[in-house]
Amino acid sequence: MIRELRKIWKSCFIGLLWFLALLWPMTGINSDGTLTFARPLEIWLIVVVAAVVIMLIYSANKSGMLAPFTRPVQTAAGGLAGQAARLPIWVWLLVALGLAMFYPVIFTSRPAHDVAINVLIYISLGLGLNIVIGLAGMLDLGYIAFYGVGAYTYALLNVYLGFSFWTALPFAALFAAIAGCIIGYPTLRMRGDYLAIVTLAFGEIVRLILNNWMELTNGPNGVLGIDRPTMLVPTFDDGFGFEVISLRKLYMLYYVALALAVFTMLCVYRLNYSRIGRAWEAIREDETAAELMGVNTFLLKLLAYAMGAVFAGLAGAFFAGRMKFVSPESFTFLESAMVLCMVVLGGMASIPGIILGAAALVLMQEWFREFETYRMLVFGGCMVLMMLFRPAGLIPARRMGRRSEDDE
Amino acid sequence: MAHLEIREVTVRFGGLTALSNLGFQLADGEILGLIGPNGAGKTTIFNVLTGVYRVTSGDVLFNGESILGKRPHQILKRGISRTFQNIRLFSKMTALENAMVARHCRSRAGVVGAILRSPAQKREEHELQERAYEALKFMGVAAYADTVAANLPYGLQRRLEIARALASEPRVLLLDEPAAGMNPAETAALMEDIGRISSRGIDVLLVEHDMKVIMGVCHRIVCVDHGEKIAEGNPAQIQSDPKVIEAYLGKPVEQQA
Ligand SMILES: Nc1ncnc2c1ncn2[C@@H]1O[C@H](COP(=O)(O)OP(=O)(O)OP(=O)(O)O)[C@@H](O)[C@H]1O
Ligand SMILES: [Mg+2]
Repeated sequence: MIRELRKIWKSCFIGLLWFLALLWPMTGINSDGTLTFARPLEIWLIVVVAAVVIMLIYSANKSGMLAPFTRPVQTAAGGLAGQAARLPIWVWLLVALGLAMFYPVIFTSRPAHDVAINVLIYISLGLGLNIVIGLAGMLDLGYIAFYGVGAYTYALLNVYLGFSFWTALPFAALFAAIAGCIIGYPTLRMRGDYLAIVTLAFGEIVRLILNNWMELTNGPNGVLGIDRPTMLVPTFDDGFGFEVISLRKLYMLYYVALALAVFTMLCVYRLNYSRIGRAWEAIREDETAAELMGVNTFLLKLLAYAMGAVFAGLAGAFFAGRMKFVSPESFTFLESAMVLCMVVLGGMASIPGIILGAAALVLMQEWFREFETYRMLVFGGCMVLMMLFRPAGLIPARRMGRRSEDDE
Repeated sequence: MAHLEIREVTVRFGGLTALSNLGFQLADGEILGLIGPNGAGKTTIFNVLTGVYRVTSGDVLFNGESILGKRPHQILKRGISRTFQNIRLFSKMTALENAMVARHCRSRAGVVGAILRSPAQKREEHELQERAYEALKFMGVAAYADTVAANLPYGLQRRLEIARALASEPRVLLLDEPAAGMNPAETAALMEDIGRISSRGIDVLLVEHDMKVIMGVCHRIVCVDHGEKIAEGNPAQIQSDPKVIEAYLGKPVEQQA
């Protein structure tokens, strides 16, 4: 154990010093210009204690002192995983869907519903972005723009022309897809870093348009008074008929979000396991070879942008209907980065991974709400740890071999 | 009639002339060898034929029609398929998926079909997979259908590349140094395979440095050096051609001085 410790203590020590150097300017400088040392030191000491404990556990584990404890756990986990793998996939899907259906019954509080709706929206966004990044392999840093286009499409159609949520939904998807093509077209010749920069800029352009087109969007003040999604309910009061009710209760909106997320999952799954999904993956692997093997790379990259945008557009329309209010502030680069983190954290091109990534990040945001300022720090730390220990994401994409044959 | 005809093609990269006034034909049912020292321009010819490079002048006819200016995927659809000198498989995809990608241009289901899993799409997908599998079987890699391409041994990767090219149902197959890095047994099997490909009615244009392969399977051989055609003929003629010998071995010592 001492030998293990000797190997790592130096890098640990340097890391902690570096952390202090980072931490102090963030917390030690008050807004009135005075300096404090107590507070950053206090935080730092907590981190030091945690790091030392982790270091001790790590070296103990390395030198085999924890084997009596870890081995049974490992075998148990292995056994469980083996048993889990034996169950057919549809059992899992059924369990997951059942849990999702009864979620509002189990958790009845408002915040619980709010968080769940957020998770579902981010799942849709993550899966949409996954088409562009995970499948077609194009880094898109302005993805949230399509979410904004979808949200504003519904908001404006509703406020100016009185469209209902469901009639506006196809338009939200359509306009987002058009925006996707407009942004995608000039970037198709670029790869890697250049693509990232240009998409980042386009995302900002969309936000600035929303912010500055006062006549149409009411600028930074946003659009107010958007209708909630509605539903047709059969009534038997006056003979048989339908009644339009507005989904006022949060749990009803939860089900709309759930439907949206499930729809997105189904579409992305089926696209993935079709000739189009294969062509996207071929482009990601080797664009030139894909073109030479008969893939119209130009068209398919454009299609990837458009399809990714469609799902963002749908999610955006729902977001507008749920909030009853949209403003450009909701569509900043930070949001793009957030969705990107979900995709990377969860596992590129892996649907369960992205679901987990979305849930993890939204929950993390909730838990660390009190530490507002440090939230990003914690975020960064988590990302670094992830990249160290699971570089392919929480649930890496699995190759399915004869993939088109696997039945759902 | 020749399927493929290259007419007086010149390709320049800035000041460098990679091909100059090069012309030859690939006759129906033929296995044509393309040889030349390193940097002679063989791969450049492939890149011209498949639409990767633009020609400075000249023309390329396929079935009597010019294919200049066509995009690579359009050319593949017309029936010219190739392999690469440096293996370019889709490395994270399985062997079968690799072959299925090559059938992209032979299928047509769109986004809506894929999302709805329409009967037509299912039928097409099934057929697509069957054909891709057949191509793997033809090249003897069907046992590895579910293996990720990057995990295949080198020799099998080369075979998979040929299988992928065949999956697109080409009429002309361009092979760029398929025997590179293969051991003698693998090379012998490859020679047999090239014969089988040819007997399926596919014309083959073969670039190879291994003269045993070239002399063993080719009906006719074109030799290029510095982008120019220096000789053309059957294997016996090429072997005794002084220009070919010179290109490969250098000028006799007394003339060089
Ligand atoms: N894209 C390019 N840009 C500039 N020069 C190129 C390009 N492609 C090929 N060349 C040049 O053209 C010449 C012919 O290259 P090519 O790759 O066709 O040779 P090759 O006959 O295939 O050689 P090898 O046997 O080594 O594969 C070389 O001098 C090469 O440097
Ligand atoms: Mg070459």
